[in-house]
Amino acid sequence: MAVAYSLPSDVSPATVTNTRSLLRIIALALISGAAIASRLFAVINFESIIHEFDPWFNYRATRVLASEGFYEFWNWFDPTAWYPLGRVVGGTIYPGLMATSGVIYNVLHALHLPVDIRNICVLLAPGFSALTAWSTYMFTKEMKDESAGLLAAAFIGIVPGYISRSVAGSYDNEAIAIFLLMFTFFCWIKALKTGSALFGTLAALFYFYMVAAWGGYAFITNMIPLHSLALILMGRYSSRLYVAYSSWYAIGTLASMQVPFVGFQPVRTSEHMAALGVFGLLQIVAFAELVRTHVSSKQFQSLLYASVIGMGILGAGAIIGLTYKGWIAPWTGRFYSLWDTGYAKIHIPIIASVSEHQPTAWPSFFMDLHSLVFLFPAGVVMCFRQLRDEHVFVIIYAVVASYFAGVMVRLMLTLTPVVCVAAAIAFSSLLDTYIEPTEPDVADDSSGKIAETAPAVDAASSGSSTAVSASSSTAKKTKKAPTAPPSVSAVAAAMTPSKKGEKPRGIFGLDTRFIVLLNAVGMLLFFVLHCTWVTSTAYSSPSVVLASQNPDGSQHIIDDFREAYYWLRQNTPENSVVMSWWDYGYQIAGMADRATLVDNNTWNNTHIATVGKAMSSSEEVAYPILRKHDVDYVLIIFGGLLGYSGDDINKFLWMVRIAQGVWPDEIQEPNYFTPKGEYKVDDMASPTMKNSLMYKMSYYRFPELFGTSQAIDRVRGQQIPKAGTTLDYLDEAFTSENWIVRIYQVKKEDILGRDLKSANAFAQGKKRKRTKPPVRRKATV
Amino acid sequence: MAGPKTTASSVSSSSSANALQTLWKAYNDTTSPRLKLVDTFLVFLMLSGVVQFVYCILVTNFPFNAFLAGFGSCVGQFVLTASLRTQVNPTNRSEFKDVSPERAFAEFALGSIVLHFFVYNFLG
Repeated sequence: MAVAYSLPSDVSPATVTNTRSLLRIIALALISGAAIASRLFAVINFESIIHEFDPWFNYRATRVLASEGFYEFWNWFDPTAWYPLGRVVGGTIYPGLMATSGVIYNVLHALHLPVDIRNICVLLAPGFSALTAWSTYMFTKEMKDESAGLLAAAFIGIVPGYISRSVAGSYDNEAIAIFLLMFTFFCWIKALKTGSALFGTLAALFYFYMVAAWGGYAFITNMIPLHSLALILMGRYSSRLYVAYSSWYAIGTLASMQVPFVGFQPVRTSEHMAALGVFGLLQIVAFAELVRTHVSSKQFQSLLYASVIGMGILGAGAIIGLTYKGWIAPWTGRFYSLWDTGYAKIHIPIIASVSEHQPTAWPSFFMDLHSLVFLFPAGVVMCFRQLRDEHVFVIIYAVVASYFAGVMVRLMLTLTPVVCVAAAIAFSSLLDTYIEPTEPDVADDSSGKIAETAPAVDAASSGSSTAVSASSSTAKKTKKAPTAPPSVSAVAAAMTPSKKGEKPRGIFGLDTRFIVLLNAVGMLLFFVLHCTWVTSTAYSSPSVVLASQNPDGSQHIIDDFREAYYWLRQNTPENSVVMSWWDYGYQIAGMADRATLVDNNTWNNTHIATVGKAMSSSEEVAYPILRKHDVDYVLIIFGGLLGYSGDDINKFLWMVRIAQGVWPDEIQEPNYFTPKGEYKVDDMASPTMKNSLMYKMSYYRFPELFGTSQAIDRVRGQQIPKAGTTLDYLDEAFTSENWIVRIYQVKKEDILGRDLKSANAFAQGKKRKRTKPPVRRKATV
Repeated sequence: MAGPKTTASSVSSSSSANALQTLWKAYNDTTSPRLKLVDTFLVFLMLSGVVQFVYCILVTNFPFNAFLAGFGSCVGQFVLTASLRTQVNPTNRSEFKDVSPERAFAEFALGSIVLHFFVYNFLG
């Protein structure tokens, strides 16, 4: 057989195997290193700091766990959150993340490595990303082979879609959850392939870890049953499926109920019923199969099938009946919002108000996945060509996750692993085809060769999915599929002749190989450049510390948040209560160590609506609310001076909407718009808007800053009226350097019993107008 | 998986009592004594689970976690044993190439230990 280039033939097979495994280990180690390193931009550009909002709570909880031990943590009641209600922290969190950090902390300290808990928290996500790369390698290895596995590991290691949730400092549940997701899936596939209860048990254990770590465990809870159901319906039921699924479900479900936050949900909510239903179905099918092996009577078998179907329907009917009777909780709103993207906005504004729950914009697919986006469908097609049981899994996963990623930005995270796996399968097939040295035996002249290779090269360089599938079919033919099982080569052999006859197919010469491979490698290079660029510019900002550039290009750090939180910590009594919008609850608790009314846990909609009402009402209405909740300070975020767009005025409409959901006759959204329906903060703003507490606090004394010139809000690009706003019930207590954080102190009741408005007017030397009727709402004590 | 069971008989009692006898005969003829022992255990586990379930429905489900743990241990042990039975069944030899009978038993033991660890933790 002709070869394009010769391979050394004097190497023993043992050497080849050893070198291969050594190279694999080295490659995996380097991939892990790259995965960790590219997540350290945040630490290098800024500092070792916890990012964003939720991580601050996780960090605070981990500190409690590390300093006071597991039992204290488990029974922790936090009286400062959700003041005055408090929060049972131990029972309302997924403790997996904190427990992981706690274990690492204790192990390191047992080894006399006195590492600060903060650094463990900051570096946990990069560390686990290396493990994710490894588990993705294992998973993809089951799909194709080791080389595809290595590619998948490299992809997941640096793909921005996963980095976005796992940079250093992003100490959130997703940091460890993606590793657990991939490893659970790997165990499941392994269990299914070998029919081993050991891997089923392992899958259950990692499923338990996943349940303890992330609310997204419901994805596994439904993916595995969906896969099993698809296999049964495809007529692929096997005893291995029974062993794998039963051992996973029986142990995993019981294990998942050990997490207090999950509790009895696995047997009482609709989200978990699919798993239970498939479990029951498998028992029936397995029993029927067993009976079938013993009796071969036709009549008996048809009776058996009828009874299997009947019992299946009966079981489904029982589940539906129990749902109607209320014993099984129906689908929750969060579930409906996955199918109807408009649902959340109408029924649960608090979910819709979170930016990461919005539908995904198309460019962000490219931004997060780059060239993998168009390799991904090619990989899925490759799965169809082989279609072993595990390929069905990848196909289902790809379809489901693609849909979810389109619905919610944050679910891009669950799509990313399968994209990496599928893209690696496609890409590695391409490489296999073009690196393989054997050339097909040529019977006819070279014109056939050009016709054969030219379209493949053209298509491959354009990077479309057809290229890969076309080239892969040639791969099957030339390689005689040494790694694939016999069924695959049979399929390929059955397909190829029908299309092309007996003409030999393959790649000729070195030049065609080089053209394709250079293109492919070039694409990988661009992928790496893109990933690094996106990671360093878009995903590495802690959002607690902001960065801007000085005129000379050097970096200027804007540290208003920490300045303000530190001010609170140093200058206010320890038991004072701070009111802010819920986004900042965790940060205030974590950095300022003060009680908050609402925080990012968002479990009590009414309480949040109360804060929303206080913010969106006039001072006279808000003051009694503030006093009743013992609020001492009100904290708002104002970006108008600096042009920081994530400020409270931009979030204000959500406060209005959420408040309107609870008090529809006191707060109405249309009142906050101009008659033309615009959202304005300048002269044209509606009176309700101008009188709202949020507006007043945001622009209090703002025009003074501009002297005689016109004050301009740089976020909204609107001019602020010169007259400015007055505050009678609040005092400005602190405003940070760039005005991003403004803190107001709530005045106590006037000692002379006047209402604060007239007291203020008196203090300013204004005469009380006799004709004006007294203010309607008097502050209550 | 549990050999001839009473549930099957209730479904098909009227029409095919004859076929049921054939099944019983075929089962007795082709099943090795070891598998029969496993089947006895399966029947016991099933009865135990049924008793707990009936108790839960008729009397009380008050310590719901205790019920779930008890019932879960029966169901879990049942499916693990059924898995063991499938794995060691000589007719399924071709399906389980990687799992020898010895390994199957070790897996069964491990799975049971893990299961009962959670059961014990959940009993409360």
